[in-house]
Amino acid sequence: MAKKTPEINSSSTADMAFLLLCFFMMTTTMDQDKGLQRRLPPMPDPNQKVEDQKVNRRNIIVVKINSADRLLAGTEPMHVSLLKDKIKEFLSNPADDPNLPEKEEIEIEGFGPCMVSKGVISLQNDRGTSYQAYIAVQNELVKAVNELRDEFAMANFGSLYMKLDEDQQTIVRKAVPQNISEAEPKDVSKK
Amino acid sequence: MSRFKQKEKRTVPQPPSGSLSDIVFMLLFFFMVTTTMRETETKVMVTLPEASEVAKLERKDLTSYINIGTPMRSLQAQYGNDSRIQLNDSFKTTAEIRDFIAAERDAMSEADRSFMTIAIKADENTRMGIVTDVKQELRKCSALKIMYTARKGE
Repeated sequence: MAKKTPEINSSSTADMAFLLLCFFMMTTTMDQDKGLQRRLPPMPDPNQKVEDQKVNRRNIIVVKINSADRLLAGTEPMHVSLLKDKIKEFLSNPADDPNLPEKEEIEIEGFGPCMVSKGVISLQNDRGTSYQAYIAVQNELVKAVNELRDEFAMANFGSLYMKLDEDQQTIVRKAVPQNISEAEPKDVSKK
Repeated sequence: MSRFKQKEKRTVPQPPSGSLSDIVFMLLFFFMVTTTMRETETKVMVTLPEASEVAKLERKDLTSYINIGTPMRSLQAQYGNDSRIQLNDSFKTTAEIRDFIAAERDAMSEADRSFMTIAIKADENTRMGIVTDVKQELRKCSALKIMYTARKGE
């Protein structure tokens, strides 16, 4: 008869596991980083001569935030809550207003020709602008584009943008581009 | 006689505790997998601004963080209460961002470098001047993918 090996006393494994569990529960951080993603424009080459980029006046809207967090969209002062509708109108140009950006027919792969707005939003801020106001404005701009994308997706695919598959999202992104340019900082102190 | 002897007290049978350790181990593995150790100690107070259209950060391992805010109260005596930039574990100036980005880039594999994201964690009361300086510096070292970290709000 083989010798019986004594069983290891396992009654305390639960206690040990509890200890470890407590440790990991205390140290864990569940926070997921969220935010607004942006792409900065590359630095202009200093050797290159600055060419005047001929962008049609009607295709650009300048959104300025001053040091008192006041907002100027185009030519009129505005509250942040109204900015979204202004941008939506600017980008969609439903009535083909000659003062709002022109549209260009672009062939989108897998979809066909589509009228794409050439509008560009230029965001300028002062050095004294608070970060909170800046993010609020950025957020409104993204919201306007997101809503236009949803509308486009609803009209053409019958579903919201977020629920489309990868290829369809690419099509929508091409049809409603997010053209937000963060302008070169201007030095106002030297004058 | 003994036939009628009453057993001491009727007790509710103990629930089986054999599987207790299994349950605990399962929880333990869950927390071990989901946990992320905080690598750096934040030295600035950051209250993130609110935004509603936030997107999730895709690759955490490809992200470098730049914290901007006023120093913690205990450090204010030493560093003042003006907004400062924190990279890794210490306060830095804008000029040192370049080295920081280069170091972060070197730590990544060749294929991942183009996906590097810089997350700017700035306090909501920071002035844009310092943020603009940081942005300009990032443009100079062509780290163009950035993210303004924000809280999900209404």
